[in-house]
Amino acid sequence: MSKDLNINVKHVTRVEGHGNIVVDAKNGKIEKCEWQVPEAPRFFEAMVRGLDYTDIQTVVSRICGICSITHSLAATKAIEDALDIEVSEQADKLRILMHYSEQLQSHTLHVGYLAVPDFFGAPSVVPLVPKATEEVLAIVRAHRVANEWSDLIAGRTTHPVTLIPGGLTKIPTEQQLRDQQAVLKDTLKDLAAIAEATLSVAANIPDFERDTEYVSITHPDVYTFYHGDITSQDAKENVHIRDWESVANEYVHPQSTAKWCKWNRSEYACGALARFNNNADQLTDNSKALAKTFGLEKGCCNPYMNTIAQLIECVHIVETSIQLIDELLTTGLKAETVKTTGKAGKGSGCVEAPRGILFHTYEFDKNGKCVGANCCIPTNQNHANIQADFEKLVPEIIDEGEDAVRQKMEMLVRSYDPCISCSTHMLNVDFV
Amino acid sequence: MSKPRVAIFDFACCEGCQLQIVNLEEELLNLIDVVDVVEWREAMSEQSHEYDIAIIEGSITREEDAKRLEIIRSRAKILIALGACATMGGVNKLKNNFDLNEVKECVYGDDASMPHLDTAMTKGVDEVVEVDAMIHGCPIDRKEFTYIIRSLLMGKKPEIPEWPVCVECKAKGNPCLWEYDQVCLGPVIRAGCDARCPSNGFRCFGCRGYVDNPNINAAKDVIDKYGLTVEDLKEKMILFGSTKGPTNE
Repeated sequence: MSKDLNINVKHVTRVEGHGNIVVDAKNGKIEKCEWQVPEAPRFFEAMVRGLDYTDIQTVVSRICGICSITHSLAATKAIEDALDIEVSEQADKLRILMHYSEQLQSHTLHVGYLAVPDFFGAPSVVPLVPKATEEVLAIVRAHRVANEWSDLIAGRTTHPVTLIPGGLTKIPTEQQLRDQQAVLKDTLKDLAAIAEATLSVAANIPDFERDTEYVSITHPDVYTFYHGDITSQDAKENVHIRDWESVANEYVHPQSTAKWCKWNRSEYACGALARFNNNADQLTDNSKALAKTFGLEKGCCNPYMNTIAQLIECVHIVETSIQLIDELLTTGLKAETVKTTGKAGKGSGCVEAPRGILFHTYEFDKNGKCVGANCCIPTNQNHANIQADFEKLVPEIIDEGEDAVRQKMEMLVRSYDPCISCSTHMLNVDFV
Repeated sequence: MSKPRVAIFDFACCEGCQLQIVNLEEELLNLIDVVDVVEWREAMSEQSHEYDIAIIEGSITREEDAKRLEIIRSRAKILIALGACATMGGVNKLKNNFDLNEVKECVYGDDASMPHLDTAMTKGVDEVVEVDAMIHGCPIDRKEFTYIIRSLLMGKKPEIPEWPVCVECKAKGNPCLWEYDQVCLGPVIRAGCDARCPSNGFRCFGCRGYVDNPNINAAKDVIDKYGLTVEDLKEKMILFGSTKGPTNE
């Protein structure tokens, strides 16, 4: 087979946002192998200046439609950190439930609609409808359940409206929570069906490994998405979220003049696989059992397995939420009034987006108007890692021919579940 | 008769409105029975230059994007603006309140002069090409989306509410958020969202744009009653309309 490659995928499909793959090889020698991001920059950090602290989360939610709740939560936590605003235990638990609803929504979307069609050799989920109707309907149902769950607690499916500094504008009724809990119990059956269908094609997951640093938050008590410190297998000690800039270390790439991230190595990965690698011992028993059926173990460094780690997290999220609703119902829900005032301060918020760790920092003047902002999104943190994967992957599979190489590279990008619209202040571009 | 061919394109935005199309869930499976989706990068790998209906999400922030949009317009019989970024520039228009060079420096620092970071004043889709139908909201309402698409497929003009959010909010029996010290834009913003935000205890921040003929005098009465000014209202509108308003008063 020819060892020439000329791959130019302008705008990888079935990912959120715009990314390109460029590979040029002659006689087996790779001359160019790049992951590029030409997304239109949107300048959120500049745009929020001058806004009142009560308007920030509404604006930055629009950084990303798929993880809008996550962005709003990171911002709200940062605002509360900056202005010393306390949040009740009840509001905290409801926010975690809200966050879980988005994780399930995003993971189901990615696993079911974007990534797994590759394992079936299909260009999208649509051709799978007649072939695997029941399984596709299970995905559609799980996705709908997640959205209706967001509607209930966040007030909206995308771009939450109930979330404000200090708490929530509206809380669900106990009956609504009980109903939600019953629905979630059914969702576990759909997740089992999705897992079984995915397992049936798991042999098509490329067998590729590259050791890298895995970064996520961690918490002593729970498999966390919301509270905790920053960790990795290389970290000597965990880092407080206020010091996130010492983890992300955004830098300009010498070849591409692009801002990437690195911590203890020349690149790192974040996302479901990073969370799994750092915190898998804290998963529910059923999630651990599911990991076992896929042969996924702590320390896995096959990036394609991120999709499987997301599937396992779906089960964990739903089981944990059922339990969390029990806790809320046992205590009983109480109406709360939120009253906050603006003042000067600077604070940070960090949460796990479905696709990895997310950092927001804001500074306010004495009237509570924003004077500065900095956000670092998970997809930025994964770009250097995707590039490093490309550089190891392509020489290993170059003999498989151009179509196979292109397909595996696209699948690799998709496995990271990138969310390129989140390009708040970062661009890795090297136009040919 | 062959099915109408639909293509979905995205420009500068969060892609949350496309997500609402995915969020149609079972209904989406019905919709793809009556149309042929020929390009939708976020959900499918197939691509095509042949389509009857183009759905445009996002705002236009670069010259190259304006050119791409013009090409799409020339190929489509019907062009639909999807969501606040497309219908009025959306949250991206906040950028227009600043000097663009300063905005770039604020975000990219020393790298601000790189050509690929270039940006222009944010525009809605209708400020670049002719638009046949607008689907308002940030994000769009799923029911309204299917209603508008179905109307267009039947050759009918969809009816979009021409009354303010307050009408829907009152009908739901919500307490007025002005009574709770929130500067709610309900009096001047286009309804059709079922007053979703105020129903959840959060003020309307104008994502569906101004109603065509807002009753400015009635709005003024409300503002006066609560001791505020038109400027206070406009400051809150800045989220989704920047400085573009129905009146300079």
